[in-house]
Amino acid sequence: MDLTWTEEEEDFRARLKAWLGLALPKLPAKPDPMDWPGRRAYDTTWQRMLYDAGYAGLHWPVDAGGQGATPTQHLIFLEETERAGAPYVGANFVGLLHAGPTIAAEGTAAQRARWLPPVLRGDEVWCQGFSEPDAGSDLASLRTRAVRDGDHYVVSGSKIWTSHAEVADWCELLVRTDPAAPKHRGISWLAMPMDAPGVTVRPLRTLAGSTEFAEMFLDEVRVPVANRVGDENDGWRVTMVTLSFERGTAFVGEVVACRRTLGELAAAARANGRWDDQELRRRLGRLNAEFTALWRLTQWNVSEAQRTGGVPGTGGSVFKLRYSHARQELYDAAAAVLGPESLDLSHDWTLDRLSSLSYTIAAGTSQIQQNIVAERILGLPKGR
Amino acid sequence: MDFRPTDDQRALQAGLRDLLEGRFGRERLRAAVDGPDRGPGLDRALWRELGAAGFFALRLPEEDGGVGLGLPEAVLVFEEAGRALLPGPLVATHLAAGTVAGAATGETVVTMVDGGLVEWLDAADRVLGDAAGAVPVRSVDPLTPLHRVPGVARTAPHPEAVLLTAAEQLGSAVRTTDAAVQYAREREQFGRPIGAFQAVKQLCAQMLVRAELARSAVYAAAVTADPVEIAGAKLLADDAAVRNARDCLQVHGGMGFTWEADVHLHLKRAWVRAERWQTAGAAAEVLAGAL
Ligand SMILES: Cc1cc2nc3c(=O)[nH]c(=O)nc-3n(C[C@H](O)[C@H](O)[C@H](O)COP(=O)(O)OP(=O)(O)OC[C@H]3O[C@@H](n4cnc5c(N)ncnc54)[C@H](O)[C@@H]3O)c2cc1C
Repeated sequence: MDLTWTEEEEDFRARLKAWLGLALPKLPAKPDPMDWPGRRAYDTTWQRMLYDAGYAGLHWPVDAGGQGATPTQHLIFLEETERAGAPYVGANFVGLLHAGPTIAAEGTAAQRARWLPPVLRGDEVWCQGFSEPDAGSDLASLRTRAVRDGDHYVVSGSKIWTSHAEVADWCELLVRTDPAAPKHRGISWLAMPMDAPGVTVRPLRTLAGSTEFAEMFLDEVRVPVANRVGDENDGWRVTMVTLSFERGTAFVGEVVACRRTLGELAAAARANGRWDDQELRRRLGRLNAEFTALWRLTQWNVSEAQRTGGVPGTGGSVFKLRYSHARQELYDAAAAVLGPESLDLSHDWTLDRLSSLSYTIAAGTSQIQQNIVAERILGLPKGR
Repeated sequence: MDFRPTDDQRALQAGLRDLLEGRFGRERLRAAVDGPDRGPGLDRALWRELGAAGFFALRLPEEDGGVGLGLPEAVLVFEEAGRALLPGPLVATHLAAGTVAGAATGETVVTMVDGGLVEWLDAADRVLGDAAGAVPVRSVDPLTPLHRVPGVARTAPHPEAVLLTAAEQLGSAVRTTDAAVQYAREREQFGRPIGAFQAVKQLCAQMLVRAELARSAVYAAAVTADPVEIAGAKLLADDAAVRNARDCLQVHGGMGFTWEADVHLHLKRAWVRAERWQTAGAAAEVLAGAL
């Protein structure tokens, strides 16, 4: 049980901090949250700055264009970038946190060379076309068809809840390549260019009023067979790799941001007198315990990954379950601190409160995560 | 940074688990609760064996006859004690090793007044704090005799006592999770194991999440010894121990409500520990104060 950092890790942290201090003032002003092209430009600018400084794809393998850093260094990176108030991955989320790592793990040399460098440089943005109107939690029941025609697949169907689809260049797309096979066996994982003829994106408004996700209609879209990652009909296995990245590491940096917010909430409550309310004060104290422990749980998971090296394990589901609820409690507490002001949409915390509602749904609902924990970690029988 | 226990730490923990399984397994536990010799008596022979195994002297320097280990190791062995529902004023005696003669070896049983309560008063050789006017309580926990001490103001909690109690709560939370999962795999209704039903699965999954979060908090607090982290560890471990015991009882159905099932013993001990050293409210105030 060692929570100290090696000299090497401390050096890494010091260099990173120094760089952040110089780099952040050079960032352009933050765009309006509703302005997606503006947000893409902002997020990819930051990614390019990271790339030029040698911090892009920090923990990706070197042969995938990454820096081959240890999971611990990646943790330090997340800690320091959040602490410094640097932008979160934003529009680069899918490319950096799950499509990229999946291609690095499962793609051919040619696929890695084609797709990974532009993600790292911030030149190309990815989105995730997994869910369909009738295939959410039951993802494997997806129906979007891909029929082989020479060296192309012809893809027809529709996808939904596709985050960042409006501004994406590529889509990690799940398609059914063998309709006769059992549902988990007939799926393939394709990289689809978003500008291909036949792709229509229709933005959907979220409950927060923004359009961060979209519906996607695919009408005889031709995708080269060479864009398939993994074997034909082996897409479900590839998908499990993708999802373990999504759940395992994708939310980690946000814990630091939540702790910062909690400090701001306490300051606000002290300033407006609500700190005298014992119940509210203790609620904030309790959240302090939660987020501190979630950070320690992350260090535990990272220590585990460091030892086994590779794909994060099911520990990610344990983390995601608790984190998604704690985040919602955090912003409910923010509303209690704000009082009537919490009804004002121009307050960041009000928007954050609304967006926190997605955390128990996106990337697998809490109910589905609980099934995963029960069946894969605790070994309870499959059933209904 | 490698947060996970080292091989030596794992071996220490496994060693105590083996000792307790051999010396205070399920049968002994039930005999202590139900047997003819039950009552205020403490198993002195077991207490001395714990002493010989270094349970009390764990953190005393080697030159003073101790084992020379630290809080992380203490937390791992107290987790085992909590898992086994080992009775006795373990925390008080552990803390008294080095200051009260015989505590380190398990010859002297030491208890301590805290928050108007004192446990194992009649069995103890030494009482730290003022137990004048102590009145016996019909203790909810059959394995923890309690006295109330009127007029005692709660003093600032001893951080190490808080942490070690949290470690016991963690052990209990892990144990009730294991018990629920095992029962859910074996008990059949509607022609299948109840663990195949989602409502049962979800209870079990939530138990694991609570226990693992408490583990991270308790282990980290043992490494940093930071009073705010210790308060967080107690808060989360109390919560995990009490709520996991309740959920474990629910998974056991009517069987869970019987005296024969062990789960009520975990719940009752968890309630006792939650009242000791630092309550949830007090811990939350410490955590709030640090924001
Ligand atoms: C903000 C946001 C962004 C998203 N971004 C993307 C994206 O970029 N790409 C993408 O592909 N998808 C995305 N999604 C979709 C997301 O993955 C799905 O919404 C999610 O998996 C749930 O599917 P569903 O919405 O169809 O709900 P359903 O599956 O219909 O579930 C409805 C309710 O039933 C419960 N339920 C369903 N099945 C079970 C079961 N077996 N046991 C217990 N309860 C069950 C669920 O927990 C839920 O409470 C996004 C979602 C959100 C909210």
